[in-house]
Amino acid sequence: MTQPLLDVRNLTVEFPTRTGTLVALSDVSFDIHQGEILGVVGESGAGKSLTGSAIIGLLEPPGRIAAGEIRFDGRRIDNLPYDDMRKVRGRQIGAIFQDPLTSLDPLYTIGEQLIETIQTHLPVGAGDARARAIRLLQETGISAAEQRLEQYPHQFSGGMRQRVVIALALAGEPRLIVADEPTTALDVSIQAQIISLLRRLCKEHGAAVMLVTHDMGVIAETCDRVAVMYAGRIVEIGPVGSVIHSPAHPYTTGLMGSIPAMEEDRERLLQIDGAMPRLTAIPPGCAFNPRCPRVFDRCREERPELLDAGRTRAACWLHASSLEQAA
Amino acid sequence: MNEASPLAQGAPPLVEVKNLGKTFDVSAPWLNRVVERKTRQYVHAVDDVNFTIERGTTLALVGESGCGKSTVARLLVGLYQPTRGRVFFDGEDTAATLRSRSARALRRRMQMIFQDPYASLNPRWSVADIVGEPINEHGLVETGGGSAVRASTRRRKAKVVELLQSVGLDGADVEKFPHQFSGGQRQRISIARALATEPEFLVCDEPTSALDVSVQAQVLNIMKDLQRVRGLTYLFISHNLAVVRHVSDEVGVMYLGRLVERARKNKLFTTPRHPYTRMLLDAIPDIHMSGRARTPVRGEVPNPLNPPAGCSFHPRCPHANQRCESERPALLARDGCVVACHAVEEGRI
Repeated sequence: MTQPLLDVRNLTVEFPTRTGTLVALSDVSFDIHQGEILGVVGESGAGKSLTGSAIIGLLEPPGRIAAGEIRFDGRRIDNLPYDDMRKVRGRQIGAIFQDPLTSLDPLYTIGEQLIETIQTHLPVGAGDARARAIRLLQETGISAAEQRLEQYPHQFSGGMRQRVVIALALAGEPRLIVADEPTTALDVSIQAQIISLLRRLCKEHGAAVMLVTHDMGVIAETCDRVAVMYAGRIVEIGPVGSVIHSPAHPYTTGLMGSIPAMEEDRERLLQIDGAMPRLTAIPPGCAFNPRCPRVFDRCREERPELLDAGRTRAACWLHASSLEQAA
Repeated sequence: MNEASPLAQGAPPLVEVKNLGKTFDVSAPWLNRVVERKTRQYVHAVDDVNFTIERGTTLALVGESGCGKSTVARLLVGLYQPTRGRVFFDGEDTAATLRSRSARALRRRMQMIFQDPYASLNPRWSVADIVGEPINEHGLVETGGGSAVRASTRRRKAKVVELLQSVGLDGADVEKFPHQFSGGQRQRISIARALATEPEFLVCDEPTSALDVSVQAQVLNIMKDLQRVRGLTYLFISHNLAVVRHVSDEVGVMYLGRLVERARKNKLFTTPRHPYTRMLLDAIPDIHMSGRARTPVRGEVPNPLNPPAGCSFHPRCPHANQRCESERPALLARDGCVVACHAVEEGRI
């Protein structure tokens, strides 16, 4: 097997507070291969955006990486000095955030922002940079790109702004793009446009994507593999088809059942009772055990690691028993 | 009481909306208009909307941001005054009733649930106060002097506890404050508050959009249970078609302030007629990965300040012709649904 492009091992992120240390991410491990799209899904507070911020080195203080390592193309990037990380960010790893308005500077034209980004990362002259900027805008489906370069972000609609943000993320020709809820702020018709655009451009540019979202539909349409997060841990990871059609973790099963489907009629939706625990009150053992319909004694005492569960890997003791019986 | 009204034939619909319109004045300030020679500008947020809601059923309004669905919700409960047209609730004209002495009685019968449960609850009030306020306001528990005051306070608290339990919260939660609850629990408090006056009609403006899917399922289940038990009538506003399909009986699709299609749920989702409805249905990500081919959606919603002439959807419509560019289509009933589209009318699609 070739070396993965991004390799995250046992990543733990902590927030020291006056009342004690909050562990927001705990023992998160996954990898992304060249050209692959990995979806990261979970409910608010599950730690999916935090994983993205840790990878691009933008953890908000006092948050810090307490353990584990992040390797990009074999090189450790979690402990790089600030200035070295700046060279990685944008050039090697691009980022797309949820709200396209706050990702763009309202005081500079789109052209200035794009050209500055291109020249920061690539050794090209002003004329070449401008030509590249125009090409990038055209690739993202913005018509009259040359005139649009002279305009300011407020002159763009929400969907158009997100296209500009994607162009900015691609400007440094990164090999990995961390996209944090890129379509959440958009209407459904625009969301479909942006998703297909993102997928097409990443294929054309050969970039891998880590797509953070809470929308299972977006994951199903876009990703190759998906990681499901719950209370700061990955509870299931595997090929997107397997996770959606035959989930191995009870949380994934509940999550899939609670989504109203377009194809079938159900009088009641499957619901997971309760809510995700707060970081201050994560239960011992498996964090999902108070809400789990299939809980047993071991779940309340021991925390499960990711175990092989058919075609996916799930952090659930249900799969340990089958493993032990087999052995 | 309204047997004499022309609307009260047979079982009249609970809500009837006729030619409803709302125009907002978004002109620049007077000085700017004078100096920069600008004219007054208006946004027709809602234009010529007609629908009825039968008792005990749910009408869902769907559409993208800025299509006027929330404005319709606010017009229905009287938070906005209609510019044109009228809203009838149980045969009474709401705008007239809300100006009359029986306004309070009408308000008791319809309540609203808002989108953001973080903004719609007063953070300085306990749950007992939040849910108890409508009970006080409408005098729903008898009050008296002396020891009767304490008795009525006790009765009110008992009522609040009962309401909380009906939405799946714990009776002991009455002493807590909103910040001690999660988003889903807050939305249940909003529902409990809305139910406090024992309304017949609930207007729900994106009640689950701010919630996570597993919590959304809890809230949707509670809303359906309450509808069954209490015979509630809902106007359900949402941009999420899958949610709409789950909760509604009838669906209205809005585009730039107008209803473009209205049909029974099954009809709308199996055989959508209007090109915009088709586009919306097509845009939903396919969670089951059936490999269904999707037609890419073209363009974006135009600026409502300057809507296109004719059918406002024509710049994005694959079936548009010259007639669509110049003549605005009327809502026409055909095969059990109403559609505003020239192409459907002419049998082109």
